[in-house]
Parts: sequence; structure tokens; C-alpha cells
Amino acid sequence: MTEQTCPVILAYALVLVGTGASHRMAGTMDAIILQILNGLDKGAAYALIALGLTLIFGTLGVVNFAHGALFMIGAFCAVALQALFNASTVTLDPTKLDFLGNPAKVETPYLVSWFGPEMGASIIDWSVPLAILFAFPIMVIFGFVLERGLIKHFYKRPHADQILVTFGLAIVLQEIVKYFFGANPIPTSAPDVFRGSLDFGVWLGFEANAIIYPYWRLVYFAFAALLIASVFGFLQFTTFGMVVRAGMADRETVGLLGIDIDKRFTLIFGLAAAVAGLAGVMYTPILSPNYHMGMDFLVLSFVVVVVGGMGSLPGAVLAGFLLGILQSFASMNEVKSLIPGIDQIIIYLVAIIILLSRPRGLMGRKGVMEE
Amino acid sequence: MLGLNRKDAILLLIVAVLALFAPFILNPFPVDSALAQFNAGYPDLMQRFVIFGIFAIGFNILFGLTGYLSFGHAAFLGVGSYSAVWMFKLLSMNVLPALVFSVVIAGLFALVIGYVSLRRSGIYFSILTLAFAQMSFNLAYSVLTPITNGETGLQLALTDPRILDSAQVGGSLPVTSLFGAEMRSAMTLDLAGWSFTFSVGYYLCAIIMLIAFYLSVRLFRSPFGLMLRAIKSNQQRLNYTGLESRPYTLAAFVISGMYAGLAGGLLASMDPLAGADRMQWTASGEVVLMTILGGAGTLIGPVLGAGFIKYFENIFSKINESILHQWFAFLPDGVQDFIVMILYPFIGKGWSLTLGIMFMLVVIFLPGGLVEGGQRIARLFRRTKTTDGDVVSTKTKPAE
Amino acid sequence: MGILEIKNVNKRFGGLQALGNVNLTVMENTVHAIIGPNGAGKSTLLNCLVGKLLPDTGTAMFDGRSVLGKKPHQINQMGISRVFQTPEIFADLSVLENVMIPCFAHRDGSFKINAMSSLMRERDMLDKAEHILEDLNMADKRDMHAGSMSRGDKRRLELAMCLVQEPRLLLLDEPTAGMARADTNNTIDLLKEIKAKRDITMVIIEHDMHVVFSLAERITVMAQGTPLVEDTPDKIKGHPKVKEAYLGEAA
Repeated sequence: MTEQTCPVILAYALVLVGTGASHRMAGTMDAIILQILNGLDKGAAYALIALGLTLIFGTLGVVNFAHGALFMIGAFCAVALQALFNASTVTLDPTKLDFLGNPAKVETPYLVSWFGPEMGASIIDWSVPLAILFAFPIMVIFGFVLERGLIKHFYKRPHADQILVTFGLAIVLQEIVKYFFGANPIPTSAPDVFRGSLDFGVWLGFEANAIIYPYWRLVYFAFAALLIASVFGFLQFTTFGMVVRAGMADRETVGLLGIDIDKRFTLIFGLAAAVAGLAGVMYTPILSPNYHMGMDFLVLSFVVVVVGGMGSLPGAVLAGFLLGILQSFASMNEVKSLIPGIDQIIIYLVAIIILLSRPRGLMGRKGVMEE
Repeated sequence: MLGLNRKDAILLLIVAVLALFAPFILNPFPVDSALAQFNAGYPDLMQRFVIFGIFAIGFNILFGLTGYLSFGHAAFLGVGSYSAVWMFKLLSMNVLPALVFSVVIAGLFALVIGYVSLRRSGIYFSILTLAFAQMSFNLAYSVLTPITNGETGLQLALTDPRILDSAQVGGSLPVTSLFGAEMRSAMTLDLAGWSFTFSVGYYLCAIIMLIAFYLSVRLFRSPFGLMLRAIKSNQQRLNYTGLESRPYTLAAFVISGMYAGLAGGLLASMDPLAGADRMQWTASGEVVLMTILGGAGTLIGPVLGAGFIKYFENIFSKINESILHQWFAFLPDGVQDFIVMILYPFIGKGWSLTLGIMFMLVVIFLPGGLVEGGQRIARLFRRTKTTDGDVVSTKTKPAE
Repeated sequence: MGILEIKNVNKRFGGLQALGNVNLTVMENTVHAIIGPNGAGKSTLLNCLVGKLLPDTGTAMFDGRSVLGKKPHQINQMGISRVFQTPEIFADLSVLENVMIPCFAHRDGSFKINAMSSLMRERDMLDKAEHILEDLNMADKRDMHAGSMSRGDKRRLELAMCLVQEPRLLLLDEPTAGMARADTNNTIDLLKEIKAKRDITMVIIEHDMHVVFSLAERITVMAQGTPLVEDTPDKIKGHPKVKEAYLGEAA
């Protein structure tokens, strides 16, 4: 009973915060909808990272502090692909002169010279979505290598050791990225088609420009929903998924069944890495990737996992969206004037309250990581 | 001696000698020699050695003894710094009240955070402390700007009241002192090409570190320390032995928070400004690393770890490409370029990369840290199964 | 009046009635054994007594004070110690330290920061700890790493840790499980010796009838969460109900 009521209460509290704060506004509803929409894409990113964290924790029993770094690496896959697509040949154009009177240098991306101007340009334009195809195998293989090479040896070690070694790994990964891509954020753009914004409010009968939502965020949300659905589908409808779920419920018994758990563990880690990576790829137009974005998201994703309930996949998704939306409500000016600074701490505050009042989290199961 | 057994007394003596003669020990190369860049005997760096040593000693009381891994200890360091700077602004430039105040405030802060966080253990505890520290960090940057001065950081100003100090003469900012002895004042001794600097600030820090170290040795060897180790070993048995573990863990948490506050206060005493970045969770990670690298649960480990990391941080950050080329100048050009290319990512700004790799290597291969490494080497030489150095699995032999 | 009085204790785990209307009186300074087939509820009953579980109904009074609803450390402070089926010791510490912890707990009560006194200066505590180790023939192992000892030694260490607190009631959960015959006999002699030396009440859960009949003065037979019979060892031996309980299990 309480398992179900708690999220409901939280959602209710969230709406209360929204309404209470925006009572001075002319249109209350549109502000609420806008904030919910704003929270969705961030929430989706939290949910995707938290999903992978939970998957790894639930099956492998490993606390992976490097998961944020995987998200970051995914984002930089998109950056790398964009750079690759823009690789150009330099030719001298004798018909044009630069200011010194020499023939002007013209950069022609290889893609343009190979596929013709139109096709080439649109490939470059679509580099972020195309990076999904590029990033997926990279992330899976990267996950395999990590699991086989490092994580495997930490299954039997204390959680503190797992935290520490993956924390070290996260530093290493982020420093490597920093070495190759520099410390500054690298803007990465969405395809032209998605540049604009959707006047969402008009659909719901509000006045024009009341609720404006960039197309790409919509795309991101849809993508995240699809990704989450396919992970759940995979776990629900395949034999492999069944074993994984059984493993999350009771690791020892599954080990006794004579199923070769090791290979599956590797695959799960690869899968979780891919989910985090793809979440990162698609997030690049929303947030220009920088080398420390992984750490920033990791801390929050851990909080999300704890709020959702360690070891509960639906909990991770639910808490991800919930906290994302909560955060966007808290950053409304009306709320901030009511409780200053609330936008900075709301997630941590919720996490502390949840952990103390409901140690298992919103949807945590009994026996997972209990004292 | 001082209520310590022989082995601990010797250990304390070694640390004392190292700390007091650090200006000599850390400056083994003449000023003009090519190796002078490896010298670390200047006050700024030496102060950081001992201050982070205090921080790590305190962290070790919590993590090394009870096994509770806090990922938010930098918050206490930051609180200590802010408290100290406020004392400099309001009361006096004397460091004594500032240090006392920073320890007290950090202790209170730790009491509140510890009271809440210690209701959970294991990874939940780690995440709770992390959440609290991030919260403090975010607040310091935003709402608490009147207290913390936000991104700029808290600094001294000419208009500060400083009610105990006599009115400022001239237009320059006052400097921190201990009853008139200015922290930044130093004496330089030139000896045939070598140059040694003795600064008041460093010696104050060193003496405080020695006291902190001594207290931690006493604590390790006390019944209270035994209870903390019992908590790490088997909490359930402790409960069935008639003891509740939470007051003990809370006490350890507060004590280690006070150590962190002291370190923060000292940082501010040496350089009176405080910024929120001292509270960031990467800073918390750094103290974890120092403790692990040195050897968690050992007495000397945290001090070693702190010195090691701060030393290499300084040295590695200073090396640049041309220095590398100098080193490998004896090699053929192609090989030289290749080696420099390989090494380049790890030096200068790449220090964090080296740090991360070290972190991983230590956790993977040497969970007991440098102390364990030293013991292994010692054992190799001795080839006999002897005592385990200063690891805490002590022999509590009677005093005589 | 017994030192331990259990009345109408019930405990359900979901659909399983683990304890059904348990009534049991343990007289002071006796050795009272509880026997019964697996799943009879013996360990559940012990867990209720030390604060690990809370029964659904009923009372359990130790020396006139209720133990139910109290925390494990409070119950221990009332004078009840427990030896576990798998030894619960401080595996990372030395044998001497293992025994010193209960010494301090016994002296200082629940919480005391004596951070500035030194273990080696605590002569009284040291003497006491060494004394009990000598009593249990473990003096030569005092500096050993507790976790590296044999199972039998761990068990003896745990017994030492309990005894050093001078409990009035000692609960023993299968103290000889997994021991060789010789070790079992040693343990029996040891417990007899302790019983002869000081005033102590013992409650023993045991499968090994040899142990039970060598030690116990009273025996309670439990089956399916309920005590069937309680009597002296001689009378228990031929009791039809006991046979029924054990044969029922066998069949």
C-alpha cells in the first residue's frame, strides 16, 4: 500500500509547490505545464543514467562512480563525430583572392566532396543523431573492456573499494577527455529541422507563446522514453532479461542454477554503458559537452537512484523524472523568492528526507543494500 | 613517554623530526642546480603538507577506524575557513581565536550532519554525506553570499571592524599573526649554494599538526579507539555486548569534522581568504585519496599520503614540455620526441590524470596504501614473519 | 519464581506461525535446555529474547523486568549474554582486544569517550581479560588475529567474551554445532566448570543429545513453535510425546 502512495504524495507535493508559488501569476496552469516540460529533459537524462547505475548495482552488486563519465564519453562521441564530419580538404581557389591578394583558401569537408554539396551538408547537419550509430558500438565495447579489465575484480571487494576505484576511473576518463578536447564546452548543434520551438500552449488552448518548448527537447524526451521502453522490453521479454531480473531478485540462487552469469554480467555492463552513452549523445545540443559534465550528472544520478530505491529500475526512472521536474519548479523565480536558494538544494533536500524517512527509497525492495 | 608505548613514541619522534627539519629535508638541492625544481622546502608548500596532513589524520579517525566512508568532509574544511576569515574580519588578526572558532563551528556543523547521516550506514552514508556537502557548496555559492561572498570568496577588507585590534595604520590590509608574530614573516638561511627558509606560519602549522597527530595516536590506542575499530569489525556483536554504536560513530564523526575545521582554519590563517571551491566534492575525494594512499587505519599513513600527494601535485604541475626535453636530451631526437609525447599528458595540467591513475593503482594493487607497501618491502628483506609495523592491529602489551 | 518468565509469546512470519503460545519458566542458577526438531522455533525464541525480533504478543520478563521492545544493547546491560550459532566475534582484532571490549562495555555502560586513556594503562581490564583467557585455555592465543583462528577457538573466544561480562543469564545457540567429539566434550566440561564456579543461569539450544543430557537440569521440548513437555532429563528420555515429536519429524 505505502509502496504506491509515496510517489503519489510526492507528486502531489510537487504540484502544491507549483501552484502555491505561481498563485500570483495570471495563468497558473500554463506555468505548471511549462515547468513540467522543462523538467522532462533533465529528468530523462537523470533517469537514463540512474537506470544504468541501478542495472549494474542490482546485478553485479557494484557501485559505479564512473557511470557519469560514461555519459560524458557518449557526449564526446557526438563531438568527435562532428569533428570527423567536418574534416576538410583545403584547396586554393584562384577565382577569389584574400586580402593579401593570394588565392583564397577554401575548406571543403570530405563529405561534401564525396557525396555532393547537398547530401554532404545534410550528413554534417545530422551529426548528432548519426552519432548514435557511432556511439552505440563504442560504448558497448568500452563497457565490455571495463567490466572484463577492471570491474570484474571488484565483485568481492567491499563497497568502499568499488566506490574508490570507480571514482579514480572517473577522474582518469575525464582527464583524458580534457586532454584531447580541452577544458571549454564544445557547442554541438541539433539538425536544422529541430532548431525551432514548438508553441505547445496553443494546442492546449492557451494563448500564443505561453508555453514554448524547443523541438530538440521534445526529441530528447521521446528518445529517452524509447530507450527506457526498450530496456524494459528487453528485460521483460527476452530469456536473457529474465535471467537478469532473476539475478536482481536473488543473485545467489541464479548462480546456483548453473547459468553462466559471468558473460551476462559483461553484457549488462555493456548495455548500461550504452544507455548512459546514448543519453549523453543526444544531450549535447541541450548542454554543450564539457569534461566535467559526467561528475555533475553522476552526483545527482546517485541521489536519484537512492530516492528511487536502490535496485529498483522503475524507481530509478520515476525518481529521475520526479527530481528533474522538481528541480525545474524550484528554479522558478516565484519559488525562489519564497524560499531563497531552494533551486540549488532541492534535490539533495528531497534525498535526505527520503533516505531518513524511507530508507529503501520510493520503490526499493527489501533486502537490497540494507544494514 | 607522554602515555605512549615505545613504538608509538618513536613514531611521534620521527614525525616531529621530519616536521621540524622539513625546511632542510625538503630542500636537498642547491638553488642553482638543475634539480632545484624538486625542492619543496618553501613555506607555502610546506604549510600545505602539514595542513592537509591534519585534514587526513582527522579523516582517518572516521574512515580508518570505523570504516564509514564520508564523501563530504571538504564541507567541514570550508566551514572552518569561512569561520576563521570571519574572526579575522570581526575580532582580531590573531590566529588563535580564529582557529578555536573554526574548530568549534566545524564541530557543530559535523554534529548536525553526522546526527542525520549516521542513521544510515554503508553506501547510503556515503551518499548522504555527499548530498550534504554538495548542498553546503551550492548554498555557499548562492543564498549564503552575504556570509560567503559567493564566487569571489570571502576576503579581508580595510573597513572590517576588528574590534580587538588597534586601528590600522596606513592603507594596506593587516596580516595574520600570533600575538605579534606575523605568519608570513620568514628567515632565510643561505649556506653555500643552498637556501633554507624558516617561516613562522609553517612552524605554527607544524606544531599544531604534531599536537593533532599526538592526539590521534592517543585516540587510536584508547578504549574509545578500540570501540571504533570494533564498529568496523562487527557492529552486531558490539550491540550484543551492551554498546550502542551510534554515539561512538557520531563522536568519531564530530572529532574528524573538528580536525577538518582546524585544517580549514589554518588554511585561512596562512592566506586569509575562503572560497566555496574548498567544499566541492572533488576536494572531499582528495582527502579520501590521501588517506587511502598512505594507508587507511594506520597512524602515519594519512600524513604520508597528504605529503606525497601535495608534493607530487606541486612537482608534476611545474614540469613542462621543455623540461621533459631537457631530461631526455641524451636520447636520439625521434625517441626523445616520442617519450616526451607519451609523458606529456601526465604532467603540468595533466596532474589530475596522474592522480586518478595513482588512485586506481593503489586501490587495485595496494589497498593498504604506502604503509602496507613499505611493510611488504621490509618483509622481503627480513624474510621473517614479524610484527606488522604501525598497523593498528596492535599489540597491547603492558607498559613495562 | 523463575529468573526468566516467558508468557503467551506468539510470532508469525507471514503465514507461518513460528511461535505459538510459548510459555516457559527458567529457574535461577539452572541449566535449561531447549530441544526439538528443526523449525521448532528455538532460535526464533532466542532472537526474541535478545531484541533481534519482536514477538506479536506475549511477555518475557527477566528478573521481573520486560525484555521485549528493548534494544540488543539494553538487554545485554540487564545481564543477558548470547553465544551465536556461527561465532560473532571481532574478526579484525586480536583475541585480547576481543575480550577487552566487553570488559569496557561492562564497566563503562553504554557510551563513554575515554579517548585519552590508554589501553595498556587499563590494568584492571587487562587483568580481567587475561584471566578469562586463562580460564578458557586461550592465554597462549591472546595476540592472535581472531579471524584467523579455528572455528572451535572462535567459539571459545565468543564464550569468553560473554563470560567476562559476568552475565546472570547466558543464552547458548548450539554451542557445539560442527565440533569434533573431543571438542564437544571439552566444551561440556568447560560449561560444567563455569557453572560450578559462579552463579549463572544457562539456556542451551542443542541438537546433540549427548550435550543436552550431560548438562541440562531441565529440558523443554519444542515442536512447531510450541513447547510440548518440560521436565528433568531422566523423565524426558522415555517420554512418549518427545518420541512422537522426533519420530514425526523422521516420518
